[in-house]
Amino acid sequence: MKSTNQIELTAGVFLALAIAALIFLALQATDRGVVSGGSYEITATFTNVGGLKPKAEVSLGGVTIGLVERIELDPVTFDARVHMQISEQYNDLPEDTSAAILTAGILGDQYVGLEPGGSPVALEDGDELMITNSAMVLEQLITKYLLNGDDAQQ
Amino acid sequence: MREGLVKIGRAVVFLGQLFSRVRATPLQARETLRQIYYAGARSLVIIVTCGFFVGLVLTLQTYDTLTRFGAADAASTVLALSLFRELGPVLTAILFAGRAGTSITAEIGLMRATEQLDAMDLMAIDPMERIVQPRFLASLIAVPALTVIFNLMALLGGIFFAVFVMGNDVISFWGNMQASVELGRDFLHGMGKAVGFGFLAAWLAVYFGWSARATSEGVALATTQTVIATAIAVLILDFVLSAFML
Repeated sequence: MKSTNQIELTAGVFLALAIAALIFLALQATDRGVVSGGSYEITATFTNVGGLKPKAEVSLGGVTIGLVERIELDPVTFDARVHMQISEQYNDLPEDTSAAILTAGILGDQYVGLEPGGSPVALEDGDELMITNSAMVLEQLITKYLLNGDDAQQ
Repeated sequence: MREGLVKIGRAVVFLGQLFSRVRATPLQARETLRQIYYAGARSLVIIVTCGFFVGLVLTLQTYDTLTRFGAADAASTVLALSLFRELGPVLTAILFAGRAGTSITAEIGLMRATEQLDAMDLMAIDPMERIVQPRFLASLIAVPALTVIFNLMALLGGIFFAVFVMGNDVISFWGNMQASVELGRDFLHGMGKAVGFGFLAAWLAVYFGWSARATSEGVALATTQTVIATAIAVLILDFVLSAFML
């Protein structure tokens, strides 16, 4: 039979262990934010985002530099506005960078691909990308192709 | 049917009495800490062992299944999500009912059968306050604590399998998991469940002990009922919580 003190000590150690495990799992096993470290926001407007979802990757030259934070519909122009968080270490993207919604592989996830321009002025927090290229929707392409074929015959 | 409803009603009345007599004194805190040792720390062996093997078998099965779809990379994500959201809290609560819930029921039931509770009442010591309340609080704290440890051990089991059997590396295993597990929606959601299950396990264990008939059969029956009722209640509450929180 253990003494009362030992029992209380063991109970305390047990609780400390559980709290340590809780903090470890909460901090290390989960994705804390959009981008680890500092980040800044840029937006881009697309006529169609296709299957782009929040948390999709934003990449430049195949390297992931940020994530899509949220997507909303502009109530006036009915365009989709995509808010992206870009990692702070890439804070000198040219102002005339263009964005396109691309697909990884034929059936892969959609992501935002950035293409740097040549302007000496860098993008800042809250800036909007002016040159965008909407998502390629397979059904629309097929329809267009079929209709064009009809046009050619007439 | 009627009898079942009466039983549920009695359990709710019992809970009301328990809360109406809650007292926070240093003596109560020390007794609760002692009970945390008996209910929580003494359950570590079963939780650690079961957690590790659940992690092993879950990783084995998900690797086998996902390889057929060419998505073996997602194994760690599947492991972590199913653990944090479902298996961790549910299995821990059921194991806890079997390991500690039964012993609480049997202890209180035996005190009832040997008239120790009545003796305390005669000495103007409230058994609800001195016996029931510390055990209830200790279980309420122990279940979430054990759930975290169960989750951690199962992840270790998963890593063990992925690294030593499948030959993957820890970095990619952990990184894939970290990228798709969300703190609020997955991890804290599961911890919320664990608190709910802890409440159920604590409540049912002390209630069945308290209401046990004062015979040896009565205590045996109450102990069985604790395990059965906790398992059923936890699984029902699990569905309800999942449906509301998702």
